[in-house]
Amino acid sequence: MSPHDHDHHHHDHDHHHGHPHDHQPDDKVHSYYQILGVAMKELLIAEGVVSADAVRRAVEMRDSITPANGSKVVARAWTDPAYRERLMKDANAAVAEFGIDMPATHLIAVENTPDIHNIVVCTLCSCYPRDLLGLPPSWYKSRAYRARVVHEPRSVLGEFGTIIPDDTQVRVHDSTADMRYLVIPRRPEGTQGMSEEQLAALVTRDAMIGVTIVRPPQAKS
Amino acid sequence: MSAHLHEGDQVLVREDYPIGHIRTPVYVRGKRGVVVRHFGAFGNPETLAFCLPSDKRELYKVRFRQRDLWPLYRGSDADTIELDLYEHWLEKA
Amino acid sequence: MRGPHDIGGLEAGPVDNAEHTLTLWEKQIDAIRWLIGQKGIVSTHENRRTIEQLGEDIYNTLNYYERWTASLSRQMVDKGILTQDEIDAKVAEIRKRLADHGELELREGQS
Repeated sequence: MSPHDHDHHHHDHDHHHGHPHDHQPDDKVHSYYQILGVAMKELLIAEGVVSADAVRRAVEMRDSITPANGSKVVARAWTDPAYRERLMKDANAAVAEFGIDMPATHLIAVENTPDIHNIVVCTLCSCYPRDLLGLPPSWYKSRAYRARVVHEPRSVLGEFGTIIPDDTQVRVHDSTADMRYLVIPRRPEGTQGMSEEQLAALVTRDAMIGVTIVRPPQAKS
Repeated sequence: MSAHLHEGDQVLVREDYPIGHIRTPVYVRGKRGVVVRHFGAFGNPETLAFCLPSDKRELYKVRFRQRDLWPLYRGSDADTIELDLYEHWLEKA
Repeated sequence: MRGPHDIGGLEAGPVDNAEHTLTLWEKQIDAIRWLIGQKGIVSTHENRRTIEQLGEDIYNTLNYYERWTASLSRQMVDKGILTQDEIDAKVAEIRKRLADHGELELREGQS
């Protein structure tokens, strides 16, 4: 559990450390913006720019996308070398084999190996392969992650409990254009004979961003 | 200033500070890297951000050594970082 | 010489990797932004540019979805889809609703 102001646990607080302000003006600003958000929704619906129904459906649709999409792709790449080839060559086409369409983005799969560990960020905003992983976690959009992962990636990895050996290269991908990056984690030891479904269940969102690795499954007693 | 670049080309990122919608982070401006991939040609975000019609610009994946970017870099000497940069920000070095 | 968004390489504190569930209004702002993009009213590039142009103080005071809200309101006024007067009036109406009923949102059947 991190030391965090739980009164504002909904908010992605990116306060600039050392920025001189007291809390009163900020609370008023935040409450104004919460009201403004509702205002914008009601006005745009009233103006006919969007319909209430379309908003509801879009919320549901975007909520329904989970990292399971990405996990399936990884598990297939682990078990099927020909699929892995196709994924590395044209990731958009390869994920489309699972019915996942990513028309507006150019997907690139980057593969972890014993020599290279990949980690993804968007320093300038929050570009993220949403169609594969769902909505990005707050930390991915945070000032701390965006600022630090490019110049101290191993320290950030350590905060996620991930230690990459010195003789493995850490490679950061900053998504500055239309390309979206999916990390293909290394298949862990002790997974021979597991089905694709079982393998997919091991693959987490964080491993596909690159802040963690996929650990070997717990030994059954 | 545009360049027609290929994988393996050494490049220098232009060190300019224009105002506008720029997708070349300041941390690589003036730095040297190597082209690792040519993605093809895309609309220029600097123009599209203002709802103006844009020509196509070549887009490249450029790899930098972390030790070349950060004087106090504490990781491994082999560590790298890659950014997707438009041709008009890159000069052949 | 950085825009407020161009933060790669700066110093910052530890990454707070706690999971935060989004509130409904945050999901709705996200959905509206997506819908408006699908309709071609604003592009991703314009969205990014509008957020960058909020300036350092606003960028660092507002959280992620508040920045989207600010950017959306600016775009709607810039494009003549809404006026600032309409926005101000709606904000006042919601404040009154909050004071009278303790609720930000309209329930089914209310006006």
